[in-house]
Amino acid sequence: MSGPGRGGGRDRGEQLAVPEAQVQSYYGRPIVRAPVWGHGIPAYFFTGGLAAGCALLAAGADLTGRPTMRRAARLACLGALGASAGLLVSDLGRPDRFYNMLRLAKPTSPMSMGSWILTAIGPPAGIAAAAEFADRLPSRGVLGLARRVLPPAGRAAGLAAAGLAPALATYTAVLITDTAAPSWHEAYPELPFVFAGSALASASGVGLLAAPPSESTPARRLALVGAGIELAASRSIETRLGLLSEPYRQGRAGRLLSTGRNLTLMGALGALLGGRSRVVSALSGGALLAAAAATRFGIYAGGVASMKDPRYTVLPQRERLDQGRPARADDT
Amino acid sequence: MVGSDSLSGPLDPAADAGYPDAPPRMGFFTDTSVCIGCKACEVACKEWNGVPDDGLNLLGMSFDNTGALTANSWRHVAFIEQAAPSAVQAPGEDGVRWLMSSDVCKHCTHAACLDVCPTGALFRTEFGTVVVQADVCNGCGNCIPACPYGVIDQREGDGRAWKCTLCYDRIGDGLMPACATACPTESIQYGPLEELRERAERRVEHLHEAGTQEARLYGHDPHDGVGGDGAFFLLLDEPEVYGLPPDPVVTTRDLPAMWRRAGLAAASMAAAAVVAFVGGRP
Repeated sequence: MSGPGRGGGRDRGEQLAVPEAQVQSYYGRPIVRAPVWGHGIPAYFFTGGLAAGCALLAAGADLTGRPTMRRAARLACLGALGASAGLLVSDLGRPDRFYNMLRLAKPTSPMSMGSWILTAIGPPAGIAAAAEFADRLPSRGVLGLARRVLPPAGRAAGLAAAGLAPALATYTAVLITDTAAPSWHEAYPELPFVFAGSALASASGVGLLAAPPSESTPARRLALVGAGIELAASRSIETRLGLLSEPYRQGRAGRLLSTGRNLTLMGALGALLGGRSRVVSALSGGALLAAAAATRFGIYAGGVASMKDPRYTVLPQRERLDQGRPARADDT
Repeated sequence: MVGSDSLSGPLDPAADAGYPDAPPRMGFFTDTSVCIGCKACEVACKEWNGVPDDGLNLLGMSFDNTGALTANSWRHVAFIEQAAPSAVQAPGEDGVRWLMSSDVCKHCTHAACLDVCPTGALFRTEFGTVVVQADVCNGCGNCIPACPYGVIDQREGDGRAWKCTLCYDRIGDGLMPACATACPTESIQYGPLEELRERAERRVEHLHEAGTQEARLYGHDPHDGVGGDGAFFLLLDEPEVYGLPPDPVVTTRDLPAMWRRAGLAAASMAAAAVVAFVGGRP
């Protein structure tokens, strides 16, 4: 990837960090328009990631015979998916037209792809969750049949949901990098990794909260791997982009991301050392869940901040022009 | 699904969208050197298109009380008062120069708003322009941060996205868009894009010969980051002075790379889950 937007190397930003007075603008107004989305959208990035991570955790717990963790993860997955659908529909300008999302399947529209992923993962996640209640059904008649069919169907459905889960956790990163928000767009190599790592860490939080020590070892490992991916990718976004890293280190975004980082570190440490203690495990689980939410809101706030100050739009573009290498449509 | 040139590079957008015998691509050439800031374009646009008012605001931005292109302002006249460059001043004069420019949706060759629209509400017309179908739009808002010019916007109380249609309902009947019809100085010129581009080149040459060295075209180049604009401009200063991005790029140019990175992250996520469950006991 050597396009003009990124080829300048790591010290590019230091050169760009010039006093504000040197940037010309139209009465200081933004050039690009920040999204009109409410808190529901970053909240959905959290719930969607949580649902995805829980689908994977549930499938793993199912295949390795960890029933308590499986039950918690399947129920959390379905709950988070329900919350996701609610958040997304209520954020629409015309919620009564939500079904227009499925008029087409359009690969150039991450939101279209995401609508299909979310639609596809709902039914299997629902069947997997329903299977948890099979043993409460009577053993005779039609419901008796369901009692016998649901556990294997739940396993198959759970595996299907787990197969779709990684797409659900990562497409949301493409949704925001595929915009004119300078600090989102330029972060496209790392942002899917932040979301993937954060999704795993939050799901491991559910495992740590719900599962007894005898079952929780994979959740601990998942917490460490997820936290590692998330922290490394976030660190890169906060430092690699020069001027465009700035919005992630300042103001509301900076506070949220540093809160997320601290909570992730605490949660991962608790997962590593908390071993036999249910209290420590539960605290780490809670910290990992809160961390994932703070990270999503922080990433969201950083991109919005980069749209509201024309500096972040003008300076990188002006620098390309001044260096005699304007964007060409055919560059990639 | 998409050809190699569909996300970037020069092309005929109507043919690319699947119109077999598309009419010539139509567009605007806005020559700001003759704009007098009368705002007739803003008024005519609102009248013809039934666009609601934006409120009566005093913004403290010279004569600009519109502020920006929004869901309720599809033409926006910018006013810039600046110290005149010495080249256009008589000796000893310390004059102020007025720049006025009527901004509008650029109807990009590669339109990010259209690319990211999940419902198909935004579509490419046979004239190569980009239009929102109000009866389809569900107000998801994805087009708004996608636009590299900050044009398209959600209308409050309505919930849907709105912007300039290049008067799709007029040009289909051979009429000029309302703004171009109302413009008293022909600052807003409407016509086949090819013809407008040639006319604009001649206008810039003429201005340079007359000593206005700072005249330059903006958005006319089919090789630029958005594949050229259907509505392009003649400016007398840097684009950012008018609130325009100096070197815009359609975000979807990088979309294939974005999907690849997301795929890699998704694969890593699946692998991490497998490792967590099958890895040796710590």
